[in-house]
Amino acid sequence: MNSRLISIIRKEFIQIGRDMRTLVMILVIPIMQLFLLGYSATSDVRNIPLAVLDQSRSPESRSLLDSYRAADYFVIAFTVDSEAEIETLIEGGEARAAVIIPPDYAERLADGNAQVAFILDGSDPTSASTALSAAQLISQSHATALLTERVARTGMNLKVQPPVQVHTTVWYNPDMVSAYFTIPGVIGMILYAIAAILTATSVVRERERGTIEQLIVTPIRPWELIVGKLMPYVILGFFNTIEVLAFGHWWFGVPIRGDLGLILLSSGIFLVTGLGIGLFSSTIANTQQEAMLTVWMTLLPSIFLSGFFFPLEAMPVFLQWLSYLMPLRYFLVIIRSLLLKGVGLATIQTEFLLMSLFAVGIMTAAALRFRKRLD
Amino acid sequence: MTDYLVNATHLKKSFGANQAVDDISLQVKAGEIYGLVGSDGAGKTTTMRLLVGALRPDAGEITVCGYDVLKQVDNVRAQVGYLSQRFSLYEDLTVLENIRFFAEVRGLSQKEWLPRSMEILEFVGLGNFKDRRAGQLSGGMKQKLGLASALVTRPRLLLLDEPTTGVDPVTRQDFWQLVIKLVSAPALSGVEAQAPQRPSTADFAKSASSSAQDGVSVIISTPYMDEASRCHRVGFMKLGRIIAEDTPSNLRARLAERVLELRGDPINTLRHIAHHDGDVEDVAAFGDKLHLRVKEGRARAVIERLTGVIAAEGATLLELRLVPPTLEDVFIALSER
Repeated sequence: MNSRLISIIRKEFIQIGRDMRTLVMILVIPIMQLFLLGYSATSDVRNIPLAVLDQSRSPESRSLLDSYRAADYFVIAFTVDSEAEIETLIEGGEARAAVIIPPDYAERLADGNAQVAFILDGSDPTSASTALSAAQLISQSHATALLTERVARTGMNLKVQPPVQVHTTVWYNPDMVSAYFTIPGVIGMILYAIAAILTATSVVRERERGTIEQLIVTPIRPWELIVGKLMPYVILGFFNTIEVLAFGHWWFGVPIRGDLGLILLSSGIFLVTGLGIGLFSSTIANTQQEAMLTVWMTLLPSIFLSGFFFPLEAMPVFLQWLSYLMPLRYFLVIIRSLLLKGVGLATIQTEFLLMSLFAVGIMTAAALRFRKRLD
Repeated sequence: MTDYLVNATHLKKSFGANQAVDDISLQVKAGEIYGLVGSDGAGKTTTMRLLVGALRPDAGEITVCGYDVLKQVDNVRAQVGYLSQRFSLYEDLTVLENIRFFAEVRGLSQKEWLPRSMEILEFVGLGNFKDRRAGQLSGGMKQKLGLASALVTRPRLLLLDEPTTGVDPVTRQDFWQLVIKLVSAPALSGVEAQAPQRPSTADFAKSASSSAQDGVSVIISTPYMDEASRCHRVGFMKLGRIIAEDTPSNLRARLAERVLELRGDPINTLRHIAHHDGDVEDVAAFGDKLHLRVKEGRARAVIERLTGVIAAEGATLLELRLVPPTLEDVFIALSER
């Protein structure tokens, strides 16, 4: 390899190794983000604290509560004596849901028209909707069980069955663990954010300190300067990908069903996008802070409009259109499909092609602008 | 034409509406120290950057060491060491790592750079600091490290853009000693007398000269007149043009018999009196003295007249005599034109 290039790369690595801020960014932040997002960005609702007002106090009401207990969606956290207490608990956020079993529950059950009240704290719609469907599911299956029992008791040998039965099967992520969805996204975000920020600041630093002036008058060619400055971050970006992939796989249990080579190739292409954004930002910014800010300004819409947290289908059409401009969008589809579904290149070729186009386009634009700024 | 190490003709460069360099021609011989002098914004830095090919001129031709800067910029840069105005090194690299980097990107092989770097570090007096981070060097040492990294490829031409601006007088003196040593390389006796404790200094100077036949040429820009007077030739820049170019003594000769030194008390009265004399073109204060520039051939008349007026005004005259002009006098005169 070209000896000037090696010199630039070696110099860059020495500088990275001596800069505490960069080291933290490379070694600590990816893992921190992985754990933060792996645990916090979850919509799995478990152990909702439930307040119970059992006015019936009958074997029948206890049997109903047992079926709540059996499902791990709820924990019976409070047993209260009045509706006022329920209000206090929900207002204070100590209980997120409540069940009121009326005094005549047992009698009315015998008549076949028992009613219970279910109260839900709807301030967080995500967990409320999960809780609601869980409550409905629990009540329904309890009712079916009671019905079967009653029919059996009458001696009629009749199979009770609802007229339509729906068998649901969830593919790829049968337990619907949010981490499986989030962690592939974290790989994308880290590749993008770390590569872009480090590239931008390291290039701007040369300009800020005036060292670029010295570089211009050496025989170093612009492309050597670009490749030499970017190469260390390509290597570190791959290191981060593997790091996050390994932690995701062994710690969070994210499956790696697709071809590992294809996963790394896609990550590599997406990495070029991040480096390109960084290089481009460096040509706009004059200080390292400005560079960092510029990258962040592109990062935020990327995250929100790529389907990282929020499903694109739920967005207004305008934002959906805008999302096609976010390279991260394509990478997320690719990496999630590769990790969770284990598909081949044929299935994701459209996204793959578009992502590659963005990578080449952004990098070319950045390199041209960088060259122009050198003169 | 081939006698010149640097030959630039009719250079022009503008930035938008600002004509930074306006028809400059410049020739520098081997072994010459050429000073570009002028106030901020006169076009010194732009000229330097044109010479090294960091900027493309709008018009004009430049050859450096026999190569066309516009067409053979790599050949040119292999022969030129350039220290930019805001020159700066990698503060998180050590002294030796900095030199190594600049040596390697200029094409020095693994085998070459280390002995040569050590040689140069000894030459500039940084031999004991090779493993220190550049960020922890004093201002003067950073300056020397910059010079060392520009010298590592043994350039035939050294372009120094205001290398001593903002540097203390002792360091400036040191820096100039190095520059003069470089240029006067063939005459080694003087160098050795100055630095007998460091034999490798002389070795370096010797090898620098043997690769270049003659000593290194230097183009240096400076706002300081004492530095300008150390140059072999000086070009005075104003508004993108070189308005005067000559040796310091020839420049000074332009004002021969035209500068008077006036001392006395109270100095403000003296200044006022001098200002109102019709034959005095300019009054400049130099500490407790005034320098009066008088019209050609009027020195004697002014001395007689002022002596009378000062006595009549009741002020004390301590001294009023013709003195040899300084470069500063010359540049003040040129600036006004």
